[in-house]
Amino acid sequence: MIKLSTFFVLCFLIVSMIYLPACKKNEAVIVPPPPDVSELNEEYSGGLLATTFDFSENAFGREVPGLQGTQADDFAVGNSFFRNNWVSSPATTTARDGLGIMLNAQSCGGCHAKDGRAAPPTSPTAPLNGLLFRLSVPGITVHGSPNPEPIYGGQLNNRAISGVTPEGYVSTTYSQIVENYPDGSTCNLRKPTYTFTNLGYGAMQAGFMFSPRIANQVMGLGLLEAIPEATILAFADENDANKDEISGKANQVYNVVSKKTELGRFGWKANQPTIMQQTAGAFIGDMGITSSLFPNENLTPAQAALYPNLPNGGTPEIEDANLNRVVFYMRTLAVPGRRNIADALVIKGKQLFNQINCVGCHKTKIQTGIDALAQLSQQTIRPYTDLLLHDMGTALADNRPDFLASGTEWRTPPLWGLGLVKTVNGHTTLLHDGRAGNVEEAILWHSGEAEKSKTEFKKLNKADRIALIKFTESL
Amino acid sequence: MKKLFLLASLTATVFFACKKNKIDNTLVTDADKKEVILNHANIVLASYEDSYALVAALRTKIETFTAIPIAANFEECKTAWKASRVVYNQTDAFRFSDGPIDDENGPEGTMNAWPMDENFIDYVEGDFTAGIINNPTGFPIINPEILESQNENGGETNIATGYHAIEFLLWGQDLSTTTAGQRPYTDYVTGAGGTNSNQARRAMYLKAAVDLLAQNFEYLINKWKVGGAYRTKFTTQMPVDSALTSMVRSIGSLTKGELAGERMSVALTNKDQEDEHSCFSDNTHIDVQYNFIGIQNVYMGKYVRSNGQVVQGKSLSDLISRKDAAKNNLVLAQFTDAKNKLFAIQPPFDQEIITPAGRERVTAAINACRSLADKMADAAFALGVKISF
Repeated sequence: MIKLSTFFVLCFLIVSMIYLPACKKNEAVIVPPPPDVSELNEEYSGGLLATTFDFSENAFGREVPGLQGTQADDFAVGNSFFRNNWVSSPATTTARDGLGIMLNAQSCGGCHAKDGRAAPPTSPTAPLNGLLFRLSVPGITVHGSPNPEPIYGGQLNNRAISGVTPEGYVSTTYSQIVENYPDGSTCNLRKPTYTFTNLGYGAMQAGFMFSPRIANQVMGLGLLEAIPEATILAFADENDANKDEISGKANQVYNVVSKKTELGRFGWKANQPTIMQQTAGAFIGDMGITSSLFPNENLTPAQAALYPNLPNGGTPEIEDANLNRVVFYMRTLAVPGRRNIADALVIKGKQLFNQINCVGCHKTKIQTGIDALAQLSQQTIRPYTDLLLHDMGTALADNRPDFLASGTEWRTPPLWGLGLVKTVNGHTTLLHDGRAGNVEEAILWHSGEAEKSKTEFKKLNKADRIALIKFTESL
Repeated sequence: MKKLFLLASLTATVFFACKKNKIDNTLVTDADKKEVILNHANIVLASYEDSYALVAALRTKIETFTAIPIAANFEECKTAWKASRVVYNQTDAFRFSDGPIDDENGPEGTMNAWPMDENFIDYVEGDFTAGIINNPTGFPIINPEILESQNENGGETNIATGYHAIEFLLWGQDLSTTTAGQRPYTDYVTGAGGTNSNQARRAMYLKAAVDLLAQNFEYLINKWKVGGAYRTKFTTQMPVDSALTSMVRSIGSLTKGELAGERMSVALTNKDQEDEHSCFSDNTHIDVQYNFIGIQNVYMGKYVRSNGQVVQGKSLSDLISRKDAAKNNLVLAQFTDAKNKLFAIQPPFDQEIITPAGRERVTAAINACRSLADKMADAAFALGVKISF
């Protein structure tokens, strides 16, 4: 046992060490180290039960811990249907046929490689691996969704199965914009311009609208789905009652299963109400795979007339059992934990992230509701999103409404896992069309409701800007 | 539950603190941990050196075969490929922990990626013009750099490189229930007697793929050799507890998610041979069995090299047994159980997932592996490694 006297001596020493620098305050500029404000369990971004500490290239592809028996099987099989290429029918592999006839990719993993994020094409002729274009013309459908382009439908399918003409291609070119900081430093931004080429079915209707969408990382969706609707609605402040210049609006979208209008949570414009609908929507829209939710092939009447004898991979092409497994897989992909949370620079960056009110939309801490899966139920998660729509300014606008989302509004994307995109997918591009080459560029593209925070960011000195970016990379 | 454990360990700490004067057999010092870590680094290096040697041997056989494309030389390539898999499968136990094999610069995806879409590389049943090999316009040159750039281009199953690309080029599609793929060696014979088109390009592809694979191993050996960047980080810079955690994470992830999940339960559920690991050569039983040996190597701190030499030292098992012998014994018993069940799997795996008796054997192996991962996580807790799978 330590003697009591030794204890007091120790206390005295510790106290002196703390106070000594304070006494010297006037002699030299001693910047005290930032206080350690890393919170208990802060590294558990996906909560205590749904966070993975695999930081390898497989960081986005890990199951929540503790899946047992058939759950583990469902995860594994769901993964295989997510990752493996589908083939055109008829084929020997009957479980995986029915591709197309129009498509963007042969598998979910074709765009969301390793459950991660796609990068935009690197040249005006490079393949569109993970960048797609939604299409519409003015007006809305009976369900409130965008009015599809009459010949091409709601999305450009740049690929097709053998013997079918693809819908076309979109060529991406970039022009450079120089963004100036008050301290004199600069940052180059690239602004994309899109040109539709090789249209296979004639010209699109005059005045058609399009929206580029990059494939996003997909982990943690189960946790986002488990957030109570009331929590998300409570974040909304459509008329900016609190005068922080941030409004925040919930999208209300059509659920094809309940046949009701419901809160939208998923997608760049929060235009999908559930993981199930998002997934089945991607199967039909991106791969031409029919399901019980979307039993009809993704062809407009004009196209269907051209291909009367469609090859068919079954009705539906992905059976419910396998669709459910893919959805289970999506729900149970764990969120990677934080790295370097006690790093002084990261802590500094976190303080700045709060200080300039990035947290106004990128909500740091949310409680999930009750969920059948214990790993997702009543967990404290750190998704850095409010799942709401925000006006992000004209520079980022797609000028294409999507349910209640206007042409300048985008959903706050979750920032968890941000720093691992490079490890998993080998790039650092961000935003809905991948125009930002890194976090700094992404911040500088913020405008509209985020204008104030962006201006504050630009006013920070370089060291502080680096700290803030360092913090986001620890997510 | 966790709180209860914390409370228990706290009580234990206080309890042992009071007993300080007595000799404490449960003490595990940082020096002990360091020994385990160093021994692990030695095992990793030896495993990669052996893998490299076996791939270099395969490369020699491929060079001989492509120069003199006769049946005997073709068979020797296949034998060398199979021999190389025995060791490589053990090195899977070094994945999943942000190490050189699969960190952001890691070559794992170019080395062992699967399943693959065969038609991305070469002709398949029903499409004899498919693949990079049969597309001289799009790919006038085939070399390691070109193949690397094409790997996973347009999809995770668009695999252009690695063991399974070589496997497909040696065996071809497995269209039979009783044998492996039956690619004729004449696919590499130019001129009279040659089968299919682009034989010279196929040879070029095979050589480029094995060259790239050998380069990947050189990269890994450089990272792990004495003085190598990762070895230095792992053995001297990383906190000892982080290094131990990464070892447990590697083997637990391999055991449950990859081995039990990806490599067995997916194939079992889908009953689809496209879902088995080495589907062209019918070598999947070796994959799952030697994954297991790799897991055991890491836990027991012992690796038998391909020349019979033994690399051995202080192990995770040793440290855990000091803290909680009963937990360690449960792991050891589960190793025995899992080994028995995995080595009961009968080749070919694509039939094992179809026949009732085979499905029972595979199911038993899956359950044994899952249980092993859980027991390892539980035992590692005694060492302060908090992890679950």
